[in-house]
Amino acid sequence: MNKRKDIWSYLTVLTFVLYAILLIFPLIMLLKSSVQYGDNSFSLHYFQKFFGKQYYMDALWNSVKVTVAVTFFSVIIAVPLAYFLTTLKMKGKNLIQILIVVSSVSPPFIGAYSWILLLGRNGAITNFIKNTFGLLTPDIYGFGGIVLVMSLQLFPLIFIYSMGVFKNIDNSLIEAAESMGCTGLKKMFKVIMPLITPTILAGSLLVFMRTLSDFGTPMLIGKGYRTIPVLIYNEFISEVGGEAGFAAAISILVVIVTTLIFMAQQYIQKKKSFTMNTLHPIQVKDVQFRKKIFPVSYIYFILFLALIPRIYVIYTSFLATKGQIFTNQFSLESYSMAFKKLGSSIQTTFYLAIVSMVVIILFSIIIAYITVRRSNKITKIIDIVSMFPLLVPGSVLGIAMATSFNNKPLLLSGTALILIISFSIRRMPYTIRSSSAALEQSSVSVEEAAISLGASKIKTFAKVVLPMMISGVISGAILSWINIFSELSTSIILYTARTKTISVAIYTEVMRGNFGVAAALSTILTIIMIVSLLIFFKVTGNKELSM
Amino acid sequence: MSINIKFNNIVKRYKDLTVIPGLSFSINKAEFFTLLGPSGCGKTTLLRMVAGFNSIEEGEIYFDDVIVNRMPPSKRNIGMVFQNYAIFPHLSVNKNISFGLENRKVPKDQIKTKVDEILNVVQMNQYKNRMPSTLSGGQQQRIALARATVINPALLLMDEPLSNLDAKLRVELRSSIKNIQKKLGITTIYVTHDQAEAMAVSDRIGVMKDGLIHHIGTPQNIYHRPASLFVSTFIGHSNIMESKIRVNHGKYELVLSEDYKVEMDNIDTHLVKKDEDVKVSIRPEEFIIDHKAKVGLNGMVKSNVFLGVTINYIIELDNGQCVEVLQESSLKSQIMEGERVKLVIKKEKINVFRKDGFVNYTLGVINDIDINQYNLEGDN
Repeated sequence: MNKRKDIWSYLTVLTFVLYAILLIFPLIMLLKSSVQYGDNSFSLHYFQKFFGKQYYMDALWNSVKVTVAVTFFSVIIAVPLAYFLTTLKMKGKNLIQILIVVSSVSPPFIGAYSWILLLGRNGAITNFIKNTFGLLTPDIYGFGGIVLVMSLQLFPLIFIYSMGVFKNIDNSLIEAAESMGCTGLKKMFKVIMPLITPTILAGSLLVFMRTLSDFGTPMLIGKGYRTIPVLIYNEFISEVGGEAGFAAAISILVVIVTTLIFMAQQYIQKKKSFTMNTLHPIQVKDVQFRKKIFPVSYIYFILFLALIPRIYVIYTSFLATKGQIFTNQFSLESYSMAFKKLGSSIQTTFYLAIVSMVVIILFSIIIAYITVRRSNKITKIIDIVSMFPLLVPGSVLGIAMATSFNNKPLLLSGTALILIISFSIRRMPYTIRSSSAALEQSSVSVEEAAISLGASKIKTFAKVVLPMMISGVISGAILSWINIFSELSTSIILYTARTKTISVAIYTEVMRGNFGVAAALSTILTIIMIVSLLIFFKVTGNKELSM
Repeated sequence: MSINIKFNNIVKRYKDLTVIPGLSFSINKAEFFTLLGPSGCGKTTLLRMVAGFNSIEEGEIYFDDVIVNRMPPSKRNIGMVFQNYAIFPHLSVNKNISFGLENRKVPKDQIKTKVDEILNVVQMNQYKNRMPSTLSGGQQQRIALARATVINPALLLMDEPLSNLDAKLRVELRSSIKNIQKKLGITTIYVTHDQAEAMAVSDRIGVMKDGLIHHIGTPQNIYHRPASLFVSTFIGHSNIMESKIRVNHGKYELVLSEDYKVEMDNIDTHLVKKDEDVKVSIRPEEFIIDHKAKVGLNGMVKSNVFLGVTINYIIELDNGQCVEVLQESSLKSQIMEGERVKLVIKKEKINVFRKDGFVNYTLGVINDIDINQYNLEGDN
């Protein structure tokens, strides 16, 4: 490649500097404040405090338990579902797939709040069972509730990955196994499971990270079941007894844990990975009705569980409320309340999301291009640093930014800019990945051909490179868009009255007990999500989604 | 261990589309049998019916005397080699090959000796502990072959096993395949669209078109005495000329042009009618360029290509038809473009077909399948 400086060299430097200031600096500040106590410039006081008290250790242990359980159940739910949907002949498959994906794109805490409405102390199902059978339903609050809500929320991630990998398994592998006398469960365990394991692990990592960093669900349905993100939030936000330094120390511990998990996953991935060349995808089989009963009822049962909380929220949004309680009357008052009180948050969210999208698209294109085509030391660093946010839970990044940009000259706290920056940084990795994947698939010689035909570098980029990678950019960007709308853990820390997003508004309304308004806002959010998803399907021309 | 296979009027349908309308033939014990035909002719479908991956709508397939229609693939004792190898990417070479043996509950120590043995046969010993992703396509295909044969199957099925490899490797591997098959004596069905490959490996070839086998015979049979016009054009190259059979004083004459008539002594006189219009198939090497001949086909050289052993001429005959002619190259200079030439034919080698192409009137056709059973009509 050309050694001379061109526009890409300047963009490389610019990107590098921006990451240094906006991501590396806050993380260093976070580290710094975690090891400072009182007047001491270096002290492990906060870490001692954390490991010294059962109370804090319990939160860590709780987080681990919840995370492992949710990851486990997500896999257990999703893999058979994907297998049945791939191999079975049945009507409405596409719709089922879309509905499952749709069920996953709202913020987890809305699921939590909906399950409370259904199965909580005064929930619809709880009351129904109590009044009809005189029985008490198991308590939804605490560990079980968190696992239920998070598993149903996150299994679609594994599902999407599984659908992808089942599509990639070559049917002749299965036929080869069968021709050698390997059938049924044996085939499942000896051939199919090993083939899908690396992909399932990649999906599990995402579920793991999301569960570990989710703040809204344990806050709502945990009822005293304290997990790490709740602890961090309380320590950082609470006006009495909270210590920012302590929150920072816990954050650092969380980042260490996520990094270790990530590295372990990468290690296994590398050892176990292989490529499959797929000539003949798995074929749909039409089996006898008798053999179909179980798989089909399984599919519908899971679909029902995934959709019921969304549907119930939408239903309640049209009910009139009396104080905190829904009545049996239909009414649109929740909507008028929502628009009157919180209409601005819808505008704000759109504004923040659109600006963040523009930033994400621009920088993802730049980063994808420089890391794929201009590989050098700096771009390698950018490549790694840009993936950091995958390891940093939202609340941790929120705290890091809030503490670092609190003073001049970088006084950003309370501005819309700080939210835009955090959204962009957190969501960029997905778009960068899909963009560079698209770019990697195209050959350099195509660019060289354009240049040899007399096109300038800029023109080559605009007319040749960009069109090749644009599908990746757009699909990544739409996913970022969806994620920005459902994001809570960062914005709950960084928002002010002027920059309240829909998610934050729903969360605060739920916390205040204004369930009607929360339901109305949730419904609006769901509609925005579904429309965005439909656009995504339209643009990418398929029903797959990778997050 | 090896078996013979009988197909009894088998039919394959996909919904309303009949892919194989009814086939009856058999494959001998330990034979290397190739299904050859253009893509979409149904050869892979037929192979997969034998394997048990495709259903059989009508008729029966027998392994020896056993009907296997409803037997699952895992019970048929087959070894299968797939077009894309289908090597398990998560298992080492060793594990891939021992996979079938483990399913058959072969004792561990025997597995080891068998795997080593077969690795020797396919010359892949040094790769025993490699993962498939580190192997080239040719190496993967050797492993696939080893995996399919190590279980000592009664029947070996190969679905275009070489089509993903480069030309040089194809030639090299096809002789390995042939040797291994000979050594193990397994009945083998091999599917390919490459006629040179089919010629090189097969004991007998079945030439397929539109779900029907036109000709089953040895490579020599199908090359020299093709059962139909399709076979003659699909196997090697043939010039097809319109002609007429005339009977002159009890002698059968082939009228190739007004003044070039060839007396034929190998025409099946029971089949051919007097003054019947026929199609003649003449291979490029069955023409002789002969300036001294009194009569022949007159034409002009349109192009000449020197190929080393031979020279390939395209000659435009006076009736406007272009024919391809192959002559052994000699030290004398080749005939230049634009020169007039006279062509005569090697009459004992050419084939004369009924006008629709489905009957070869020439004596000496050996066809193990009855092409008349299909009731084919019209031109092909």
